[in-house]
Amino acid sequence: MYKGGKIIASLIIFAALFTIPFFYNMGKVNAGPDVALDTPAIQRLPASEQQCVESPEFMKENHMQLLNQWREEAVRNGQTVYINSQGKKFDISLQDTCLKCHATESASNPVVLNNPANSTGVSNPALNASPEFCASCHDYSAVKPLCWTCHFEPKEAVK
Amino acid sequence: MSINRRQFLRRAGVITALGLGSSFVISGFRKKEVAEAAGFAKAPKDMPAKRWAMVVDMSKFKTEADMNKVVEACHKLHNVPDFGNPKDEIKWIWKDDYHHTFAGGFNEYLDENVMHSPFLVTCNHCDNPPCVKACPTQATFKRPDGIVAMDFHRCIGCRFCMAACPFSARSFNFKDPRTHIDEISPEYPTRTPGVVEKCNFCYERLADGLQPVCVEQSNGGLIFGDLDDPNSEVRKIISTKLTIRRKPELGTQPCVYYLVGGGEHD
Ligand code: SF4
Ligand code: SF4
Ligand code: SF4
Repeated sequence: MYKGGKIIASLIIFAALFTIPFFYNMGKVNAGPDVALDTPAIQRLPASEQQCVESPEFMKENHMQLLNQWREEAVRNGQTVYINSQGKKFDISLQDTCLKCHATESASNPVVLNNPANSTGVSNPALNASPEFCASCHDYSAVKPLCWTCHFEPKEAVK
Repeated sequence: MSINRRQFLRRAGVITALGLGSSFVISGFRKKEVAEAAGFAKAPKDMPAKRWAMVVDMSKFKTEADMNKVVEACHKLHNVPDFGNPKDEIKWIWKDDYHHTFAGGFNEYLDENVMHSPFLVTCNHCDNPPCVKACPTQATFKRPDGIVAMDFHRCIGCRFCMAACPFSARSFNFKDPRTHIDEISPEYPTRTPGVVEKCNFCYERLADGLQPVCVEQSNGGLIFGDLDDPNSEVRKIISTKLTIRRKPELGTQPCVYYLVGGGEHD
């Protein structure tokens, strides 16, 4: 091979540089997201309403698909009630159902209000640092859902 | 070392097969569908209808303030932004003059009052809606109850629907609407830049058993109901009084009717 030595040496150097982040982080324990499943907002609800629409395991894995189904049924088919696997009924509403528990309760927090991502004083559970739910996992996995550019936190939280 | 063409192809094939095979092992056996969903239902107070329609009785709007009240109620509830200039204007229901409302209906002996007074106009929720046909993503669609609705999630902002609608019933968000809403109404989401919006016949209120908010604020000037139901008020008015529709010659079959002459009806 013409100038084989140089080519192979360069390739090795390239591969080494390219994989540095991988080797650098290898073996280190990564602190997972800190999700509190027992927040003041949940404790205030009656016991019968402290359960999520489906089991936590199911929601962890499938909440995005479930939300897509909800959107499809509510917006396109006018079906605004969800009947879960236990036969319990829920209103299909981010604001009135999901955020009863999954709220940051940060709408009055100045740090949140001064964040330019939260225009008109509406806090953004997907962006704000919060020990709970949406933001903690989404930050950890670098996912930025756009729900809150249109939807709101629960009525009480909106100024 | 050199390889011939045959060897090269064979090796490339083996490597491709390995690559595809292993990606299938990793992702192929994952469950793709959400199976746990037991079902969906209509809201308990949901008002069923086959063909929602509206009658506009302009004789009930004595002053412009009566009309503004209706417009404000709708725009406030639905977080319609006010950009303060006609180029960026977003409108769900608005006032327009006779010439724009009933183009082609002009004659020179027309009552001065009629010709110079404004009319309330909104999306006609056409039976044969050109906006729905134009929309490439089905973000605009017709519901079984006749409402021409929008799925804002799906709108890509191509504005084909705006070009297709002969009534200018649709507006486009050139800028971020959230920063131009005086008072946020938590009852309805806002929109984002790059999305089209229009009147939705208040389908979110119909699901709660309520009349559209413009109808509620109109002192009987707007009448809303199921055109398919022979006993509904809208049906009775339309079948017994003279009503006109906007640009009927275009064949879109508008479902907003204008009562001519106004006066008494039950
Ligand atoms: S008035 Fe325009 S936007 Fe409304 S249904 Fe008819 S064509 Fe579509
Ligand atoms: S602008 Fe949105 S609603 Fe209109 S045609 Fe394009 S995708 Fe459809
Ligand atoms: S029906 Fe609802 S959305 Fe349409 S103009 Fe009236 S208040 Fe606005």
